[in-house]
Amino acid sequence: MSSQPAALCMPWPNYLAAKPGILSWLTTTDHKRIGVLYLVSMMPLFLVAASFAVMFRLELFSPGQQFLTNDQYNRLLTVHGVVMIFLFIIPGIPAVFGNFFLPILIGAEDVAFPRINLTSWYCYVAGAILALVSVAVGPPDTGWTFYVPYSVQTHPNVLLPMSAAFILGWSSILTGLNFVTTVHRLRAKEMGWFEMPLFIWALYATGWVQIVATPVVGITLVMVLLERYLGIPIFDPARGGDPILYQHMFWIYSHPAVYIMVLPAMGVVSEIIPTFSRKRIFGYKYIAFSSIAIASIGSLVWGHHMFTSGMSDFARIVFSFLTFFVAVPSAVKVFNWLATMYKGSIYLAPPMVWTLMFIFLFSIGGLTGLINASLSLDVHLHDTSWIVSHFHFTMFGGTGVIFFAALHYWWPKMFGRMYNHRVAHVAAVLFFCGFLTTYIPLFIAGAAGMPRRYADYLPEYTIYHRISTIGSWFLFASLLLMLGNLIHALFKGKPAPTDPWGGATLEWRTATPPPTLNFSGRPDLTRGPYEYPEQVYNG
Amino acid sequence: MPTQGAQHRDHQIVPYGVYFKVWGALMLLTIVTVSVSYVNMKNVKVFTASLIAAVKGSLVVLYFMHIRFEQRIYAVMILVVLITYAIFIGLTFVDYWYR
Amino acid sequence: MGNAGAATTHDTHSHGVGHYDPAAGKIGMWLFLFTEVLLFGTLFIAFAVYLQKYRFDFREASGHLDKLIGATNTGILLTSSLTMALAIAVLERSRKRLSLMLSAITILCAVAFLVIKSFEWRAKFEHDIYPKSATMLQKPVGEQMFYGLYFTMTGLHALHVIIGAVVIVFAMVLVRTGRTNAERITFLQNTGLYWHLVDLVWIFLFPLFYLIG
Repeated sequence: MSSQPAALCMPWPNYLAAKPGILSWLTTTDHKRIGVLYLVSMMPLFLVAASFAVMFRLELFSPGQQFLTNDQYNRLLTVHGVVMIFLFIIPGIPAVFGNFFLPILIGAEDVAFPRINLTSWYCYVAGAILALVSVAVGPPDTGWTFYVPYSVQTHPNVLLPMSAAFILGWSSILTGLNFVTTVHRLRAKEMGWFEMPLFIWALYATGWVQIVATPVVGITLVMVLLERYLGIPIFDPARGGDPILYQHMFWIYSHPAVYIMVLPAMGVVSEIIPTFSRKRIFGYKYIAFSSIAIASIGSLVWGHHMFTSGMSDFARIVFSFLTFFVAVPSAVKVFNWLATMYKGSIYLAPPMVWTLMFIFLFSIGGLTGLINASLSLDVHLHDTSWIVSHFHFTMFGGTGVIFFAALHYWWPKMFGRMYNHRVAHVAAVLFFCGFLTTYIPLFIAGAAGMPRRYADYLPEYTIYHRISTIGSWFLFASLLLMLGNLIHALFKGKPAPTDPWGGATLEWRTATPPPTLNFSGRPDLTRGPYEYPEQVYNG
Repeated sequence: MPTQGAQHRDHQIVPYGVYFKVWGALMLLTIVTVSVSYVNMKNVKVFTASLIAAVKGSLVVLYFMHIRFEQRIYAVMILVVLITYAIFIGLTFVDYWYR
Repeated sequence: MGNAGAATTHDTHSHGVGHYDPAAGKIGMWLFLFTEVLLFGTLFIAFAVYLQKYRFDFREASGHLDKLIGATNTGILLTSSLTMALAIAVLERSRKRLSLMLSAITILCAVAFLVIKSFEWRAKFEHDIYPKSATMLQKPVGEQMFYGLYFTMTGLHALHVIIGAVVIVFAMVLVRTGRTNAERITFLQNTGLYWHLVDLVWIFLFPLFYLIG
């Protein structure tokens, strides 16, 4: 077992070893390298934001101040939100796994616009730097939603974090634009729209949302800055503006944004479940169209974030009504995944364990979403920790968990090393226990009236916060264990075969790690994406 | 779906005259919309102005931007985006009209 | 283990890296234009909301914008769209010099537009009409919103005119050196698409700001 970096022991020339040196990486147009660049820049940011959460959860261990002032608490939670949302969850799966695998899965050599792809990563890095600088000079305290009038008036600097969000929006747009064009133009000749893997359908739908929704929040943030720094009235009620208009514009993006987060994750699930059930996916066309449906209907429901804002009653009813519909295509997916597993030959490798966790956690998130969609219930639950728990079940237990699943599914292909399955399983179980311990008490506390974004609380909520905080320690530990296991594999892991899982999509039919142009010769398109061979990897 | 293959010209050559005629129509519509604005019409003003603008805009998209001559996929994409935008305005106004 | 499907034939029809694919460039450009539509579109939503709220004030303030100047600028931009479209059309017929001349005229129109707009803005500033000026703060709130949106939207539009003009210059360089020609015309076409979008935005800006008084 070699302790040299994976690249040098693998079949030559693979994309890792092809052109050595940092400069070649920083000027690469190889989509695989760009995916890895995103991964390497994203993971430290994720851990930083996660540690901020551990910190403010620590503050919440008991009522009264422990070690954070209210102001510090507000800033920590704002930065946690901004980094997690704009630098991890939104780019996450498309930027890392979409970039790495989209071209391979459609039999192409790269994306449609490789240099724009690199530009999108530099936008990401610029946004990350701006966000970190804003933390250093004095982080914002507005919450990640930057609501007016507070964001116009508050003392801490908002120019830096808003500029960060703006530039990160560009990264997202460029990625989406690239992916949509690539799917239209670079599919192998034999691969029609209904012969693509479902992950591609997911990335395609996501790309459209990125293109259409992101500019809305971009210009909205600019308007806030114009009001704050140039005195141009747009939202200021004293000068005729309407703060609710800001919320409309903000959520017109930010609700579809959650579908940017979850659609690619669902696409990954549609790849992992058939592979580890050794069975063709059930209802391919329904799953494909449900991605489009989620993207479409998801653009109609933003007002459900504004039920208590002062919108008209009629609007509240309309948005509540529409919101119920968006659950339908998601449910279609869940039922199809379960039907895929039914009578399949289930192999509980780490990717599958994470994916099964996703189905459980995301379903809880989605079902509590239906509760939130009920106008009458949401009036009570809005801005409580119930909402915090809901979106952590969907974003963290949903997209986050699948990000980890994707890491475990594709790590051997990307880096040529297999990680320790037992440690991976332990980390997954520890995560599951930590997650439930952290977030279930927040549902109960929220329903009992505990507000969100509060640094302090009445003594009757103490037990919920204590359990939640203890859970957060196990949760954080599990993340470290999981990531440590994967990184360890890079140096000490067994060399991975071309197809450790018996997958049926194109990435498993090229070398591990893939060569720079993805395939040696033409990709083998004689089989569809869900036709499985006999062999199963026995580790 | 866009055809693959080695074609480098993806729409027919449009005669020069078409561009001039469209330009003429656009200039004419501009004169119309300015003249109409001098008529005191109160509430219909915004609607008429927007309608004429939409016609002008359609001419620009169809002829100057070639959608009239391109493969159908472009028109479909444009329609999807415009419908989405209409929904954004529409649902926003469901709030404002009923305040 | 080992490479699957290791045939050695090269697929000459795949639109892989380095192959010229005009459709990809065009789709990419249209997708980018959609972001611009939503960008300005969001501002138009703000305009529509406040128009509905402050109908009277908006009409009052609109009356203070010079229709003739606005109409002239509209005519200039429409003409520039014509010359841009023709610049592409003539290059499709391999008439390189004519194409460069038409592109240059387009840029001249852009400059004329910007000069006129700067005079307009300057006139407003000289009458003490700009965000947070003493005069502005005394106006009815509806008029303040109107002017706020006026400066924001025409300003953002002017920025796009400048960007467009720069891109056209870039395109002219590519045409001059022959890298963009009748066979590989995508860059100029996409430049034209961007320019037409700039024109499109103004087609809606003009009547809504200048003609509702």
